[in-house]
Amino acid sequence: MESFTFLSPGLYNYWIVIFLMMVGFYIVISRGNLVKKLVGLNIFQTSVFVLYISMGKVEGGTAPIFGEGFETFSNPLPHVLILTAIVVGIATTALGLALVVRIREEYGTIEEDDIQAQEDETR
Amino acid sequence: MSAHLPILQILIPLMAAPFCVVLRHRDIAWFISLVVSLLCFAVSIMLLDRVLVEGVISYYMGDWPAPWGIEFRIDVVNAYILLIVSAIGAIVSLYGRHSVNKEIPKGQVYLFYTAFLLCLTGLLGMAATGDAFNLFVFLEISSLSTYAMISLGKDRRALTAAYQYLIMGTLGATFYVIGLGLLYMMTGTLNIVDLHDKLVQLDDSIRTLKAALAFLTVGLSLKLALFPLHLWLPNAYTYAPSTVTAFLAATATKVAVYVMLRVFFSIFGIDMFEEIGLGDVIMVLAIVGMFTASTVAIFQNNLKRMLAYSSVAQIGYIMLGVSFLNATGLSAGLVHLLNHAIMKSTCFLALGCVMYRMGTVRLSELGGVGKTMPWTMGAFVIGGLSLIGVPLTVGFISKWQLISAAFQADLMPVAFLILLSSLLAVVYIWRVVEVAYFRTPTHHAGFKEAPLSMLIPLWIMAGASIYFGIDTDMSLGVAQIAADMLIGGTP
Repeated sequence: MESFTFLSPGLYNYWIVIFLMMVGFYIVISRGNLVKKLVGLNIFQTSVFVLYISMGKVEGGTAPIFGEGFETFSNPLPHVLILTAIVVGIATTALGLALVVRIREEYGTIEEDDIQAQEDETR
Repeated sequence: MSAHLPILQILIPLMAAPFCVVLRHRDIAWFISLVVSLLCFAVSIMLLDRVLVEGVISYYMGDWPAPWGIEFRIDVVNAYILLIVSAIGAIVSLYGRHSVNKEIPKGQVYLFYTAFLLCLTGLLGMAATGDAFNLFVFLEISSLSTYAMISLGKDRRALTAAYQYLIMGTLGATFYVIGLGLLYMMTGTLNIVDLHDKLVQLDDSIRTLKAALAFLTVGLSLKLALFPLHLWLPNAYTYAPSTVTAFLAATATKVAVYVMLRVFFSIFGIDMFEEIGLGDVIMVLAIVGMFTASTVAIFQNNLKRMLAYSSVAQIGYIMLGVSFLNATGLSAGLVHLLNHAIMKSTCFLALGCVMYRMGTVRLSELGGVGKTMPWTMGAFVIGGLSLIGVPLTVGFISKWQLISAAFQADLMPVAFLILLSSLLAVVYIWRVVEVAYFRTPTHHAGFKEAPLSMLIPLWIMAGASIYFGIDTDMSLGVAQIAADMLIGGTP
């Protein structure tokens, strides 16, 4: 434990998690295209999946299935939690895309700026 | 049967929702949702009664014991929140029939009731569960159905409002999951009671814990619309169908506040919370929110938007009460949770009646509406007086409790600011009163009062905002027990 530094191999996963998290978050904030925003949101959520799955890993552990000659198992709970979170993520994406379809039907565009411009005209 | 009360609360609406989809008939769907929400209300009354007499009820899902299985744990705090949510649910379904039929296209009404029942499931589930991850799942159930309900609004801007809320809400929920993941890393448990037991054994200078608290706070602040994170709220409330707005304003943010209280007081505990010093941050945000949102509310022409901004301000009051970190403040926050639910739903239900008859809630088109719809606007004025905090209304009880908490915490200037911000509420409510009562009715001579089936639920809420302003045993009494429980660290 005490030998961990910022570049320890054990922390690779967490660096990737943070990188993905920031990438996703940045896309959500900076992009005006509604579909791209959802893509960013998905990357953001995926980073959390990786975070959970990484913390379930036990060094030298195998998949949590009982069998001859296997003593150590990875913690299955975070995996199960993430299964739930993936389902939630899919539902969110589906609903988000459905909303984008409806927005496109009403406004004829999926660019935030164009939608805003149309709203300003009608006001 | 009575042993299964905690889960019945969630199962009934969850099982009923598919029936609405299968039967595809708007009146049957309405009837199902009315019966279900009344049943939930009855169950939550029984639960509160049992909790007050017998103490905490633990219910193990599928008989798996607590730290491993999912526990539904009902104490006074939960039972109180369950009662608020299910009561509002019942009132809203009683009220909704005409309003929903008018504002939502005929073919989509049964889908609206499905989403409504799922939303009720999610909100009640969030309040009932004792498992922090299970809470996230219920949070998403309620949020997803909320986005769908908002997007059913007539105006096309309802779609962009729902989309915006979807993005912000999902970010908030994901932040919550990140924070929870960090806690799980440190403790290896997700049960709220167990989390607390394990956390107090840890050294509280650990950075992971602070990061976890930060993630949880930001995520939940997004959901409950604490001041700088409230941007999704005004549009969502303005463009959603009137019934949805009344329901959401009274329940969704309230349950999020409840989750925040759980995180602060039941998981982290008041000592650790005090040490990190988050209370001061929340106090500043709450006060800034009270003033900014109330001021913005004054300049709104659309009354739904005005009340939406007023909601942001009122959430400021609730969080201000919490940030005092004493029992009086917390009970003020909790009682304002109930009181705000009552008065804001009164106001929004009244606006729903106006929308039903006039087809608009723009202030400039409502001259003299107080004369054509005296009962509706009468209820609105009672709700408005509550928002201001006039004696004999529920608003007064909350403000009184808040100000005494401020004195108790030796924060005289804060007490003064609470009074000052109430004056802003006087301004925005007075604008409505002035237009509604002192202008001659112009172009709507033929308009009449809203139908009785809408007026009765409206006046039940208006009556409640006076009743609980006089008899505070039920509201403040329970809130004080709940606050003592949260502060005492025995969840």
